[in-house]
Amino acid sequence: MKAFVGLLCGILFGVGLAVSGMTDTAKVQGFLDLFGAWVPDLAFVMGGAVCVTLVAFRFVLKSKKPLLAPRFSLPTKTAIDGRLLSGAAIFGIGWGAYGYCPGPAISALGYLQTNTGIFVVAMLVGMALANRITRA
Amino acid sequence: MFTYTTPLVGGLLIGVSAVMLLWCLGRIAGIAGIVWGAVSAQPDNAWRWLFIVGLLLGPFAYHTLAAVPYPAPSTAPWWQAVAGGLLVGFGVKLGSGCTSGHGVCGIGRLSLRSLLATLTFMATGIATVYVIRHVLGVL
Repeated sequence: MKAFVGLLCGILFGVGLAVSGMTDTAKVQGFLDLFGAWVPDLAFVMGGAVCVTLVAFRFVLKSKKPLLAPRFSLPTKTAIDGRLLSGAAIFGIGWGAYGYCPGPAISALGYLQTNTGIFVVAMLVGMALANRITRA
Repeated sequence: MFTYTTPLVGGLLIGVSAVMLLWCLGRIAGIAGIVWGAVSAQPDNAWRWLFIVGLLLGPFAYHTLAAVPYPAPSTAPWWQAVAGGLLVGFGVKLGSGCTSGHGVCGIGRLSLRSLLATLTFMATGIATVYVIRHVLGVL
């Protein structure tokens, strides 16, 4: 059942990414091109998603535990530190440089375009490198 | 052309997915975290791998059933995909989240960390496209 929920949520998320245009690198870079030919469409993606989570998360988190798990697994860190901000800054540079963040990159693998495969492999290598550094 | 309906519908679907995952499994729908958890063989991992399968199946079903063509491939050279991928992977792991984990879910939980992370990656993303397009004049 848990696995089925995972699959269903993944499908919904993936359809959302494709419908919204997030799997189109040109559109994403157009959205980030604030000082050029700005394409504001994608503001509605995060806007729409956040409207749903802002309202519904409050109700969900009022219950003692999730439907199918013993407890909520929420992030526990609260510190605003250099790691958070430098990580986010580096991520943004990569996002702008190619036009994919992790979700759309994975979803776009299905389009069978060589560069997307290269991007995802490089992304996994980048994660492993950061993991090594933060553990040391 | 400016269209807000499909981005809005897509965004709402992403929001519903995040709510369902938290409600049923108690998990944050952060793709960076789910992918890392899957490849680093965390316990109780089936839902993560199936989520990733769903991420691939969803767009395939949408493009096929709605007869919408795939987006055109990026015109960037392969080394730009390497550089972008490395930076994205390194950054999301170091900063504990991406557009979905910090942006959609973190802001939804009113996390100050996530709000600041989101503002930061938006700002550097915008700055990077500015440099690439209007300073270096490529793309």
